[in-house]
Amino acid sequence: MSVAAVSASLNRTETGPRHSAVVRITHWIVVLSALGLLVSGIGILMSHPRLYWGETGYVGADSLTDVPIPFVIGPSVWNRPIHFFFAWILTFAGLAYVSYGFITRHFRNDLVPRKADLHWTSISGVILDHLRTRFTGTNAAGTYNVVQRVTYLAVVFALFPAIFWTGLAMSFGVTSVFPVMAVALGGHQSARTLHFAFVALLLLFVAVHILMIYIAGFVNNVRAMITGYVSPGRKAR
Amino acid sequence: MSNFFTRRKLITTGLSTAAGASGVGAAAYFASQYGLIPPDHTGILGIGETLTYSSQRLLTSGHSLAREFKRSDISKIAPVNGPHPTDENYRKLLANGFREWRLLIAGLVGRPASLSLEELKRLPSESHIILHACEEGWSYIAEWTGVRLASVLDLVETRPEARYVVFEPFPNPRQTTGVVRVLGGSIDMADALHPQTLLAYGMNGDALPADHGAPVRLRLGRHLGYKNTKYLSRIVVTDKIDFKGRGTWYGGI
Repeated sequence: MSVAAVSASLNRTETGPRHSAVVRITHWIVVLSALGLLVSGIGILMSHPRLYWGETGYVGADSLTDVPIPFVIGPSVWNRPIHFFFAWILTFAGLAYVSYGFITRHFRNDLVPRKADLHWTSISGVILDHLRTRFTGTNAAGTYNVVQRVTYLAVVFALFPAIFWTGLAMSFGVTSVFPVMAVALGGHQSARTLHFAFVALLLLFVAVHILMIYIAGFVNNVRAMITGYVSPGRKAR
Repeated sequence: MSNFFTRRKLITTGLSTAAGASGVGAAAYFASQYGLIPPDHTGILGIGETLTYSSQRLLTSGHSLAREFKRSDISKIAPVNGPHPTDENYRKLLANGFREWRLLIAGLVGRPASLSLEELKRLPSESHIILHACEEGWSYIAEWTGVRLASVLDLVETRPEARYVVFEPFPNPRQTTGVVRVLGGSIDMADALHPQTLLAYGMNGDALPADHGAPVRLRLGRHLGYKNTKYLSRIVVTDKIDFKGRGTWYGGI
């Protein structure tokens, strides 16, 4: 990083909020709607806790895996409208965040890894530092390290779109217009199985994300995502 | 005065709020004009239902077709949720091959009708091999044979103000509790006139089995299982639905 870039990023930490208002607001809307989707999604899964591959799957057919919870008939009925309600909120918050990120060049400036960092020594350096709980992330430099950048971009531009795709691929209305959305995945049941698999990956990300925040200073980092600032003395303008 | 409340900010905020409010108002007006508001649009979850229904109706306009499969794709087992009706009336009809059964078609039609199974079978028939998926998560592929609902609605001369078609079945026992209830359903005209929407009396080359809705059930190409009303007894064409059920009327995303 050049001297000018370092001073620019330090300067930004000094004078402006660490996270902009749009990032903060959409972050928490995504958290709440994803929580609503998770709980209602588990409610739907409870009605048929088996996962299959291909187009068809039912009790009596070979399953990929049997989730070790009992069949509970009923919750799918009233959890589905809740699931779709939160899906729409997540869609709007996600679209607002992504268009903001492109318009203000937030993605390009803060999240796309620098070319110099995209090699193994840099990446393994960050991982080794983390294993020794010596963090050189946002706190030290006012900027994200290369592992954070790659992970956040993957969650925003690969994992969330994959969850949306596999969810929509279960809709007969959607597949009547875009059959390839189900066919490319291997079928209706494959889409359903992948939907849960990608959500499991997202939960893994959330677990690591919260663990890192806990180690790096839970209160300061959560405050920064709410007020914009790390220290309590500073108020948002 | 803090610089937050500058005149320019007040004017731009006021203008954008007014534009936003009138935008939502105009969208609601056009949505109801073009039939994009579902019967379960009320309440907080109604927001999601309305967004889903209107976006799907815009996306699927022009009778987009559900995927069809090969005969070799037909599933060995076709599960059902709950058994067929067990009351005296249905048992007698079933025992006699539904010769006394009549399908009543009433409501906003020019010529109300009462059709026997034989009369339905004399109308042009067609078959579709499609995926049947329950909202619970399971799915199977089967071939359904019947008459297009559109042909029957044509026969009874549906009036132009028709917006929905209601399907009234024989009461049957609930899967979980065994309590007998009427599990009817309704669809809009876009689904009613869709080329894959059948009044099905055949399944996988045989007569429709009792547990799958004999003598006649609704078969929709672009919907989940629960919208495909079984054991049909009466069809009513209407311009208004009073949806009181739980879950989603349209079927969700």
